Amino acid sequence: MRVASPKFSNELRTMAMVWQRELIRFGRNRLRIFTSLSQPLLFLFVLGYGMSSLVGATAGFDFKKFLFPGIVAMTVVSTAIFSAISIVWDREFGFLREMLVAPVRRSSLVVGKTLGGATVAALQGTIMLVFAPLIGVRLTVPLVLQVVALELVMSIAITAFGVFVASRIARIEGFQVVMQLVLFPMLFLSGALFPLEGLPGWLTVLTRVNPLTYAVAPLRQVVFAAQHVPPIAAARFSSQVTVFGHVLSIWSELGVVVVFFMVFFLLAVQGLSKRQ
Amino acid sequence: MSAVNPRPVERGGGALVPSIEVEGLEKHFGSLVAVGGLTFSVQPGEVFAFLGPNGAGKSTSINILCTLAMPTSGKARVAGFDVVTHPGDVRRHIGLVFQEETLDDQLTAEENLRFHAVLYGLDKVQRKERIARVLELVQLTERSADLVSTFSGGMARRLEIARAMLHTPAVLFLDEPTIGLDPQTRSLVWDDVDTLRREEGVTIFLTTHYMEEAEIANRIAIIDHGLIVALDTPERLKASVGADTVDLQTNDNPAALSAIRAAGFHAEQGADKLTVFTENGESQVAHLVEIVGGGVTSVHVHRPNLDDVFLHFTGREIREQAGEAHSGMVRAWGHRR
Repeated sequence: MRVASPKFSNELRTMAMVWQRELIRFGRNRLRIFTSLSQPLLFLFVLGYGMSSLVGATAGFDFKKFLFPGIVAMTVVSTAIFSAISIVWDREFGFLREMLVAPVRRSSLVVGKTLGGATVAALQGTIMLVFAPLIGVRLTVPLVLQVVALELVMSIAITAFGVFVASRIARIEGFQVVMQLVLFPMLFLSGALFPLEGLPGWLTVLTRVNPLTYAVAPLRQVVFAAQHVPPIAAARFSSQVTVFGHVLSIWSELGVVVVFFMVFFLLAVQGLSKRQ
Repeated sequence: MSAVNPRPVERGGGALVPSIEVEGLEKHFGSLVAVGGLTFSVQPGEVFAFLGPNGAGKSTSINILCTLAMPTSGKARVAGFDVVTHPGDVRRHIGLVFQEETLDDQLTAEENLRFHAVLYGLDKVQRKERIARVLELVQLTERSADLVSTFSGGMARRLEIARAMLHTPAVLFLDEPTIGLDPQTRSLVWDDVDTLRREEGVTIFLTTHYMEEAEIANRIAIIDHGLIVALDTPERLKASVGADTVDLQTNDNPAALSAIRAAGFHAEQGADKLTVFTENGESQVAHLVEIVGGGVTSVHVHRPNLDDVFLHFTGREIREQAGEAHSGMVRAWGHRR
């Protein structure tokens, strides 16, 4: 029996298998599902209720409703990043070598890994939707579909970024350092936790150069579009991103995310393709 | 021990080509020469061993042959394909068992095998057939649905060997396959390897620093400082160092060594003894004791073993380095998820 020469169908099966492995591992680790929800829940309920009483409501709309889509985005982003961490684990425990010596394209491995991590992240983000009624955010079927679609786009881009970072890092410790110095600043500067209008100049600049900003904003915009948000509340709890005085459309925001994805996907493939 | 059931590798007009052909292979890391010019070939169905201490260049050589590292210069062909220009073809025709464990221990044995089978392009029917077959070869059929995290080190290793054979490779690379395993498990692993050779006719390239394991090879290359210092069958290697070896322990080994060498003997100093390579060892004992001039505390005459062969060609005992390698592996195998 001789193994067939490389065919595209085999690359597709490879992607599917790598993707499936991520899901099997996710399903086997129920504890992780709960522990990774603990942080967003703390933010949502403790920060959300705490700040709401300080900030007060505007025309019946309060801070925790503003915060909710941001926290969903945060959940997706951190799950996606920590799914990518498994590449470092795979390297530490040798499984990466098993994948890298296989007669398949590196890009198929990165696609499978990225889609696997992204699926897991979108699942986690969607689980967060369960808490929407407690916050007073109204869910409709079209809204949930829109949110899931946006979660997928966002998580694919972020997982590709995470795989790139992981491909350049040899040890688990290094990954944690990078995440502390990259992930948390990016999350805090993304507008997930506060409106992006009326900020001091330096903060305005930092939030606008942060690619995550353009991933978080669309999610909030579709959630807001499905709520009754009075104009006076929409002005105070702005969901918009303005760059040089222009309000960005949801499509241009997504365009930034797609470019971000493409850059880091190519860098991730390159990072895994090096021979000593 | 002759090659059993060799797997023909065809090239061009169907002529047999070597499973591995290496010519002037070098690998430098900056100013460090890890592999300093290797030339050898391995015939289909042969079991070929690289024997050498840690850092001799064994793993670097395997990495180049497996397309994981680029040679600095020289040529290497595996299963008829150039490792530099046709890495994909090489990969499709080799099976690999690394020093470190490369299983996903959150998957079951069967899932690990299925993952491999898909990546190597086996279709559904082949997949089922081969997974059942290789599990049977290493006697892990009953554990196929168990998570690898529940496996002992020896079982995990045997599963890796099974996995490496899943896609019916022409050449199976085993890089220190028994390192870190207890002696009983080691012999189980070698039983598996022997079964594979007999039943699947695969060419086997292995590295080891355990002498007794190199014995199973048809031919052994003794490698030291990135160079082959001797290459032959185990029997001929042993014969080449002389009919007998005499081990001496004395009160002053370095002084005794120079005295013995001055008398025209080939002698080397091991960790706690001197080894003299000679014909008719027993009749030389009195002469040797006389040369040393007292202070001889023990004498042992025996037929040369591979340890002696290694000492003969490198002037060092392989055991001196073996300790390090072992502790390193215990660490690598120790922390499992």
